[in-house]
Amino acid sequence: MAGSTPASLTVDPATGVPVAVKAKPKRVTPGREAWRRFRRHRLAVASAVILSVMILAVLFGPLVWRVQINEIDFSAMLEGPSLAHPLGTDDLGQDLLARMLYGGRISLAVGLTAMAVAVIVGTIVGAIAGVSRGSVDAGLMWLTDLFLSLPQVPLLLLIIYLFRDSLKEIAGPEVGMFILIVVVIGGFRWMPVARLVRAQFFSLREKEFVEAARALGASTPRQVIRHILPNALGPVIVAGTIDVAAAIITESTLSFLGLGFPPDIPTWGRILYDAKDYLDIAPHWAMFAGGAIFLAVLTINYIGDGLRDALDPRRVL
Amino acid sequence: MSQYLIRRLLIAVPSLLGISIVLFTILALAPGDPFGELAMNPAVPPEVRAALREKFGLDDPVMVRYLRWLTAMFQGDWGFSFVSRMDVDTLILQRLPATLIVIGASQVLALLIALPVGIYAATRPYSIFDQVANTLAFIGFSLPTFFTGIVFILIFSITLDWLPFVYQSNINATGLAWYWGHIKQMIMPVAVLGLFQGASWTRFVRSAVLDVIRLDYVTTARAKGLAERVVVMKHIVRNALIPVVTLVALQMPAVFGGAIITEQIFRVPGIGSLLISSILANDTPVIMAVTFVFACLVILFNLIADILYGWLDPRISYR
Repeated sequence: MAGSTPASLTVDPATGVPVAVKAKPKRVTPGREAWRRFRRHRLAVASAVILSVMILAVLFGPLVWRVQINEIDFSAMLEGPSLAHPLGTDDLGQDLLARMLYGGRISLAVGLTAMAVAVIVGTIVGAIAGVSRGSVDAGLMWLTDLFLSLPQVPLLLLIIYLFRDSLKEIAGPEVGMFILIVVVIGGFRWMPVARLVRAQFFSLREKEFVEAARALGASTPRQVIRHILPNALGPVIVAGTIDVAAAIITESTLSFLGLGFPPDIPTWGRILYDAKDYLDIAPHWAMFAGGAIFLAVLTINYIGDGLRDALDPRRVL
Repeated sequence: MSQYLIRRLLIAVPSLLGISIVLFTILALAPGDPFGELAMNPAVPPEVRAALREKFGLDDPVMVRYLRWLTAMFQGDWGFSFVSRMDVDTLILQRLPATLIVIGASQVLALLIALPVGIYAATRPYSIFDQVANTLAFIGFSLPTFFTGIVFILIFSITLDWLPFVYQSNINATGLAWYWGHIKQMIMPVAVLGLFQGASWTRFVRSAVLDVIRLDYVTTARAKGLAERVVVMKHIVRNALIPVVTLVALQMPAVFGGAIITEQIFRVPGIGSLLISSILANDTPVIMAVTFVFACLVILFNLIADILYGWLDPRISYR
């Protein structure tokens, strides 16, 4: 940040005219500066690598490991890890590696999409509250506070219980459940983003560059989209990262309670739910599924921590 | 102080009303009929069904239905559970103590972990202890409660065989053995929930103490020659706790979410497992009532946080 703005004004000895002198000769873009800060958080970098490997594995793994997720083999029930089944098998002799790879796709997709919903809703609410003053702002903030004090898991369960059947009829069991879970999780996680965006807007809209834009006759939407929003994005990205982890946990929780995706779709939470009755004879089954959720959540949280160091200009590193 | 309390109580009323509106809207928007099962049942003739709808006022306008539902909720008339064959309020009152004990004990455990660890880590920032505590806290709140629960069952019940993993309400013992039996089966649910909460609170406490510890009045207290223990306990911690209380209150909904899962894993007969079983059994009155109770509990804990807040920071009460 410091390198990109003129630091001080000095007088040019030759002409006597004040000129801006850059603090550093080389121009450092904000993105490069953020990357430099991010790299200092070694655990965050390691987490980014691990998470990328996991994402690549669930994306391309099924192309390499061509075992069907629902291939039942009663001769290989509840087996531990072996060459034929690297992560072992479940109670129907289905290959766990294939199921984990398939489930990972859904778990990560739910996490990312729910985050997108939360960030979009939160940004819109926060931006409207931050730009407008008075009763609109007060009303939106009351709504935000109300949502913050709602008991989320019971309401999630209630909504899924009430709406799952009708959505299944409209969009099919898989897609319907996906839409429902994503919308509901996102709908209960937008509040922190809205508060962050509103707070950012409050300080940014009084800054000189926004005033300059206003003086040049920029309309309110243009001020918001071109000038304020890009500068408010840092904390939103951090909050969004943490939302991905929270959404993955919530989806796994729903599946673990037997209220998420239908049984034939093996998300990580669902695998754990099926595995919990066989803890004494096949602990590997639960450990792999739970370990995958834990690893994904841990790495995302660490990346969020690193991004906070990188994108929060108040932090001096 | 009493004026402050009354004001806080008055602020709680609109949020309670707001939550009831959200709940009722969800119910009203939901497709299907609360009498769905009756409608499916061919043994119930249509005239009876229409009479029932008439009796329960299901064809009235939305506002009328909402007001009637709300007054019934506040009068404690929560309906009848078709599955358990008993009134919903007695059912919930039976289950509520277990939930409150598990949540309360786990919060105490979380505080017992978070306060000492967070304060000690913040007074020695970037020391080995701080780094270890930070890493453990990160791992702790990245571990979903259902996974920790399963790992605990695997270690302490199956491998070591120390603790029972299914909660029993009736223990066949008397005297000390009865108490010990109850404590033994509470250990794992409380530990799972408490460790998760403790991990995230440790980070709150640490950063709050770090914010306060560099302020001038702390230097003044040290310069007066006060013992380090007095400086930390009386001057730093009390002020650092103010933001912590806010964050803890904001976390309350998540605590109840965790409690539901923990109860389900360990079969604790609380309202959380009641909620799950009634969802699986399509028992709508119970589901609505339990959700409402959870909402009330969240507001109650927010109120407690506000009172604590006024006690920690006397400036707030006079405002």
